Amino acid sequence: MSPKTLYDKIWDAHVAHEADDGTCLLYIDRHLVHEVTSPQAFEGLRMAGRKVRAPEKTIAVPDHNVPTTPDRVNGIENPESRIQVEALDKNAKDFGIHYYPVNDVRQGIVHIVGPEQGWTLPGMTVVCGDSHTATHGAFGALAHGIGTSEVEHVLATQTLIQKKSKNMKVEITGKLQPGVTAKDITLAVIGETGTAGGTGYVIEYCGEAIRDLSMEGRMTVCNMAIEGGARAGLIAPDETTFEYVKGRPHAPKGAQWEAALNWWKTLYTDENAHFDKVITLRGEDIAPVVTWGTSPEDVLPITASVPHPEDFEGGKVDAARRSIEYMGLEAGQKLSDVEIDTVFIGSCTNGRIEDLRAAAEILKGKKIKDGMRAMVVPGSGLVRAQAEEEGLADIFKEAGFEWRLAGCSMCLAMNPDQLQPGERCAATSNRNFEGRQGRGGRTHLLSPAMAAAAAITGRLTDVRELM
Amino acid sequence: MEKFDKVHGVAAPMPLINIDTDMIIPKVHLKTIKRSGLGVVLFDEMRYHDDGQENEEFVLNKPAYREAEILVAGDNFGCGSSREHAPWAIKDFGIKVVISTSFADIFFNNCFKNGILPIVVEEEHHAVLMEDAHKGENARMTVHLEDQQITTSDGVVIEFDIDPHRKHCLLNGLDDIGLTMEKDHHIDKFEDHAGQARPWV
Repeated sequence: MSPKTLYDKIWDAHVAHEADDGTCLLYIDRHLVHEVTSPQAFEGLRMAGRKVRAPEKTIAVPDHNVPTTPDRVNGIENPESRIQVEALDKNAKDFGIHYYPVNDVRQGIVHIVGPEQGWTLPGMTVVCGDSHTATHGAFGALAHGIGTSEVEHVLATQTLIQKKSKNMKVEITGKLQPGVTAKDITLAVIGETGTAGGTGYVIEYCGEAIRDLSMEGRMTVCNMAIEGGARAGLIAPDETTFEYVKGRPHAPKGAQWEAALNWWKTLYTDENAHFDKVITLRGEDIAPVVTWGTSPEDVLPITASVPHPEDFEGGKVDAARRSIEYMGLEAGQKLSDVEIDTVFIGSCTNGRIEDLRAAAEILKGKKIKDGMRAMVVPGSGLVRAQAEEEGLADIFKEAGFEWRLAGCSMCLAMNPDQLQPGERCAATSNRNFEGRQGRGGRTHLLSPAMAAAAAITGRLTDVRELM
Repeated sequence: MEKFDKVHGVAAPMPLINIDTDMIIPKVHLKTIKRSGLGVVLFDEMRYHDDGQENEEFVLNKPAYREAEILVAGDNFGCGSSREHAPWAIKDFGIKVVISTSFADIFFNNCFKNGILPIVVEEEHHAVLMEDAHKGENARMTVHLEDQQITTSDGVVIEFDIDPHRKHCLLNGLDDIGLTMEKDHHIDKFEDHAGQARPWV
């Protein structure tokens, strides 16, 4: 038998039918659903008189629209947001799927709730009408985002029509330097490949620096595989993975746990398996990074300066010029001189407990700069509760941060948490697109520790100076 | 779904690379629970000033391109989120074909589900088409799906590739769900088999 990659193995285990032209019906083990990309899909089912084929494999939670202020227990003020969340309430009930409503302590960002509750397991296929579904690849699950028509397709048939992607290996060798985190790895990789570099591929992240990451860190890395254009990101499951999964509410138990573990341990890339593309970075070479532009590929070490558009080639020259103008920066300006007025810590990229610990570590005993608007939005109600138990919430509050309830919040600004035109935010989220955090708002992506450092100094800051 | 055959119409140029789904349709317009009516907010933040007035500089606001049915766009079009609101808005505006040197994966898939034809062309062909699109309303391109050909206003013919299954579905306006449900017995069989092999799922 020819050697297989991890992706090959998971793919092969889920093909329900293959047509002569290679088009496959891929069986889906877990379907995660949120309120923004699902109402039209459920409506489609109703109009066609169809049911959800496997409601027991379908999990819904509202996250994009939900306010994160304490008054949300009284309901959602914005009528459109409220209608979307109410539609999800009703659809979950009508179609009999698992559901975590807004005021359930387990509610949170769908990509944090799935792993936390043990819905996401190694070797599974996982989809959601959300591009950051790539997150679940951290467990060695084949996970990717789909559009609403595909959401409807999965609801009705529990399968997706797919063609296999190519295999890409991203290896991060050696150890990370102090102050460098999973977020810096994933941004550095996108800086290397570009946002279209992964198009047509499934990426497997490997190497010592990846192995050394916790599950939280691995989720951060895989989360942004989509920002590199890849269909999915994967990390082979190992003891770190099994340790995380064990005992979670929906993880297998007893004899089933043993059986699952036996299979999970076969989920690795065989020696000499073929990769169509290989990228290698030295962990030691990765610095704490920030983005300067309006694409996640616009990434540089914090010690660098805003580039000159002429330094680029082709269409990137005009794109860089437009980005620098939109961002209100000057070519040649030192990134560590860029002043910010807002800090956002949260999102499916960096809203987990380890992220909050890393930020709190920097903030302990310090105050944020006068006039700074800073907020922490934990990724789930359970992350929030744990952070309160560990005393992290007090550190944030004493430093001057707002301590919020769980949701997507200012990552995409569908709820009231938005930037005003010209405001500049250091954000632990995943996209720095024009208008992403609010029309005219400016976003610099960075790690939670770097965001904390920026909150203290009021400018983009090398976290190593505060360590 | 409507059958896709041939488009003969104005092509609008958008040479900017990495046009993301937040540009195509900002999140303030994702709060709908319908698929229709989004054409008016297509490219919202580029197309309108803060006061809601049209930005005359924006290509689709120029008289020549207001009725565009084809978009010739820069590399990596549709990157970012999975929102199908992006192709819904494009379709609702009246654009039926998008041509670029590459597309983001999810957006590309979403197009086919909505009767939009996304075409990937080589850089040299892209340059020819972009130049043609810059000629305005008198320069009408023809996109012929059956023959897999784009014909410029000057009669230059450029061939393109498309997945045969997707071509078949577009040409015949087929609904994926209906097609998959015909293969129900394969899914039943898979579930039986997987249920034994991996009962914990």
